[in-house]
Amino acid sequence: MTPDNPARGFDIPALVVAGLLFAAAGIVLYDISRQTIVSTYGVGPTAMPYVVACGLGLLGLAHLAVAFRGGLPKPEAADGGAVAWIIGGLVAFVAVIGLGGGFVIATALVFASVARGFGRRALAVDLAIGAGLGLVIFLVFAKLLTLLLPAGPLERLLV
Amino acid sequence: MDTLLALANGFSVALEPTKLLFCLVGVFLGTAVGVLPGIGPALTVALLLPVTFKMDPAGSLIMFAGIYYGGMYGGSTTAILLNAPGESASLATALEGSKMAKAGRGGPALATAAIGSFVAGLIATIGLAFLAPWLVEIAIQFGPWDYFALMILAFVTVSATFGDSPLRGLTSLFLGIMLGLVGIDKLTGQARMSFGVPELLNGIEVTTLAVGLFAVGEALFVASKRLREPEEIIPIKGSLWMTKQDWKRSWAPWLRGTAFGFPIGALPAGGAEVPTFLSYSTEKKLCKFPEEFGKGAIEGVAGPEAANNASAAGTLVPLLTLGLPTSATAAIMLAGFQQYGLNPGPLLFAEKPDLVWGLIASLFIANVMLVILNLPLIGLWVRLLGVPQPWLYAGIIVFATMGTLAVNPSPVELGFLFGFGYLGYLMRRYDYPVAPMVVGLILGPMAEAQLRRALQISLGDPMILLENPGSATLLGISFIALVAPFVMKGMNRFKAAED
Repeated sequence: MTPDNPARGFDIPALVVAGLLFAAAGIVLYDISRQTIVSTYGVGPTAMPYVVACGLGLLGLAHLAVAFRGGLPKPEAADGGAVAWIIGGLVAFVAVIGLGGGFVIATALVFASVARGFGRRALAVDLAIGAGLGLVIFLVFAKLLTLLLPAGPLERLLV
Repeated sequence: MDTLLALANGFSVALEPTKLLFCLVGVFLGTAVGVLPGIGPALTVALLLPVTFKMDPAGSLIMFAGIYYGGMYGGSTTAILLNAPGESASLATALEGSKMAKAGRGGPALATAAIGSFVAGLIATIGLAFLAPWLVEIAIQFGPWDYFALMILAFVTVSATFGDSPLRGLTSLFLGIMLGLVGIDKLTGQARMSFGVPELLNGIEVTTLAVGLFAVGEALFVASKRLREPEEIIPIKGSLWMTKQDWKRSWAPWLRGTAFGFPIGALPAGGAEVPTFLSYSTEKKLCKFPEEFGKGAIEGVAGPEAANNASAAGTLVPLLTLGLPTSATAAIMLAGFQQYGLNPGPLLFAEKPDLVWGLIASLFIANVMLVILNLPLIGLWVRLLGVPQPWLYAGIIVFATMGTLAVNPSPVELGFLFGFGYLGYLMRRYDYPVAPMVVGLILGPMAEAQLRRALQISLGDPMILLENPGSATLLGISFIALVAPFVMKGMNRFKAAED
């Protein structure tokens, strides 16, 4: 855990984590300030959040210290393209469900893009597999478990 | 005698055909996911929770337990044949196991792992059956302060004591506890951390967090490392069976592994890594052929694998008797109990003895099923390793989204799932453990409730925690467990400075 560049003096990821922890503590404190119900005896609903906020703050300070003394472990180089494909697929999934496109189309998109992220090139084949998988899952849920997954125009033809 | 009677009653429940079927499905699924890299028992149970929501509670819980045991068995296959331990509990197995497989002794390695798991699982489950009623007797006398102190101890050991870095473990834990604050406070009805978003009033679903961290996070992490060389499956050569010599060298490590695994698993210390590595180093010291260690010594597979399984059974002791989860899988199983309105603990033993003892009896059956399933079907499990990685992970993501949509079909919940997934990816990248976060989310609100109950009884005097011998002792141990890693680190630095 020694910094590979001691001349720079501080570790940016550790600083970012420290900042995020302080922000989280701030959010918890802000939320406490807006609470209206106070308990009559014992401790009320604000006690635990105070403890959590203190803990987050202390951990933030500890990360600050770490940032100047060694820093976090250095991760290996990441394949940014692969990560982008998967995140793109996940965003597409939420978008299709949110806009009422239905489970089958959404599943086809996310299946194909995750497979692409893992290095498959046959996008059309994967779209077809994803759609088939989505269809089977949708029908199993609808018929066997009587649970309706989000339906779009395609699904409404079936149920 | 009461225990034997209760256990016999449990067997009468567990031997019903439908329960046997649930058990079989559980161990089968568990082995499959244990073998597949990238999915462990915690994730599988999390994915199945929404599907089993409408099923019979006893059957589903038996299935979950089967998945837990099966996952522990299956993990060894991946560790030995792929040198890619699926979960941290199989790390020690992979050390010698993969060397044995490379030397053409993959068969005996798998056999000693399976039979060792069986022996350990059997002994540990007997331990569970006899320890549980006794612990329940003690737990009945526990006050809220004792429970609170116990949970603090679990927090500390899960996050700080045994991880690589107490700082990163505690950070993960506190993020989980913070997420546990979200929603309506059960005692007063005060909405906390919800910021006017109606979806947040019910709190964060444990399954959403777990599936996000484990499934989506893991997929992103593996994809990001794809540039490295892929692992190769080592084909099994030679006989699958152990020679007389193998048996002779295996039985003692099995028993010693069990002796490490069960007590450490049963303590609220959590994790199977510690006993597996303890067992590994012990076998290395005691082995009559120390020169074989590092080249494929069978003791190095037999011991850790037994420790691994025994600790899985040990983890069920605090889960069933105290409602205290000490590993990610146990945390998810607790969520499984809660989804049926059941709260594990002394009361459950009194109110639903059929269910609890049926579950314990089914563990014996699961063990027998696993050893029968595993040895002859090893070829099938190996073929499972050949599933192309892109399809495997694409499938995992599809099942993850399906599970989330089944619980709560809203884009907001999906957003959480993927947000947690990205968080899980970043945490893996910078070596933050994810399990403490799941434990924090489920145990945080429980600890808060116990603390507030304790302080209501004491009329707000926090000294009650230190005046009771039970809670004072537990808090003392927690403090030591929290400080110990820092002190030891300081001592190491001191030594390094001296050199």
